[in-house]
Amino acid sequence: MKEIKSLIWKDIKLELRQQHNINTMILFMVATIFLCYFSFLNVNSLEPITWNTLFWIIMLFSAINTASNSFIKENSGRYLYYYQLAKPTSIILAKISFNFILLLSLSLVGFGIYQMFLGSYVQDYALYFLALVLGTFGLSSSLTLIAGIASKTSNSSGIMAVLSMPILLPLIGMLIKLSKNAMDGLDVSASYDEIMTIFGIDLIVLALSYLLFPYLWKS
Amino acid sequence: MKNYWWKFLGAALLIYSVVFGFLGEVPRREILNETIRMTYFHVPMWFSMMAMMISSLVYSIKYLNGGKIQDDIYASQFAVVSIWLGVLGFLTGMLWGKYTWGDPLPKDPKLIAVEIGLLIYSAYFILRSSFDDEQKKGRLSAIYNIFAFASFMPLVWILPRLTDSLHPGNGGNPAFGSDMDASMRMVFYPAVLGWIIIGTWMATLGIRMKLISEKING
Repeated sequence: MKEIKSLIWKDIKLELRQQHNINTMILFMVATIFLCYFSFLNVNSLEPITWNTLFWIIMLFSAINTASNSFIKENSGRYLYYYQLAKPTSIILAKISFNFILLLSLSLVGFGIYQMFLGSYVQDYALYFLALVLGTFGLSSSLTLIAGIASKTSNSSGIMAVLSMPILLPLIGMLIKLSKNAMDGLDVSASYDEIMTIFGIDLIVLALSYLLFPYLWKS
Repeated sequence: MKNYWWKFLGAALLIYSVVFGFLGEVPRREILNETIRMTYFHVPMWFSMMAMMISSLVYSIKYLNGGKIQDDIYASQFAVVSIWLGVLGFLTGMLWGKYTWGDPLPKDPKLIAVEIGLLIYSAYFILRSSFDDEQKKGRLSAIYNIFAFASFMPLVWILPRLTDSLHPGNGGNPAFGSDMDASMRMVFYPAVLGWIIIGTWMATLGIRMKLISEKING
């Protein structure tokens, strides 16, 4: 536990010291949102369903973009050093938690900016935030493992997108459904089914990353 | 003869299912009519695709535990065959859908599931082709194979919640098999078995070729 905590803390410090990284991610998100705003300039009001889908697609791409950095921002010699110091399971858990914190804060910023530019359609904010939390958790746990696989290849960013997108489709589908319920202001009991399913996917993905990462770490 | 009797069995079963698939009696069903014969050719593709995917998964797990290159070759060749069967199933399904549903590609959860499945396995081969080192290739693609399979499976129970299905057994349609009578079952089950055997045969041919080229080059 202590190991995990200090690894997370190390990643956070590293991120704060290399501010250009986090600024790049935020600017990527803002630019994409502005692109959408610009493309829909002549449309008076978006369909709520389009609004929602667009937001999750932006989230997906920002998440892929963000997570693909998780194993390449330090040089490989440093990883050899961690390999001797820490257990692989604590490294993956630390990476997942760090990516979760990063993606969650990024998605909150993104959500604010998105609402500013493209208007707000959400009625039940609490449920929408729950969808954001569950979604970023699922995204970070599956993307961290895939980033680990992709970091071993020469063309890591391209491979990253190709590998992660088909795997994330079911999660994104459920998230769009849950957040649509939040937009329509449906009662929480109506989305109970979706919440449980997303939670189930998150757990499966987390357990798999935990089990498979030690094999990845060996190479 | 002792070791390859099952190849004859597979070929015999397929010949049987093709001949009786076209000539045998089929029940008259509304809308389906004669296209119900497609059951013999379309549905076995999915069964055998799933069988190949599961074999590929088993060999991937074996590779991670043992680290033998042989297991990696098994896993990749089973995946190759499962992609082919998936594409064939997709094409036969489009043909069938065009005449019974009036649309070769309706928005149906099972179609979406197979499209995602094909994407996943294509990504698996792209990942494989991006490594030169055998051990690294084997390990990373085995990890991805397991991860992808385990996140592909929930699709089967998630997608029907997102949309209704036109396929039997989902969304208020009659359950699987209720359209078939006893004489159809007599052809259908041998067809499934035959295709699984033929799929395994195809995979073993690929495996043998890979192993031999491994021996020559290594």
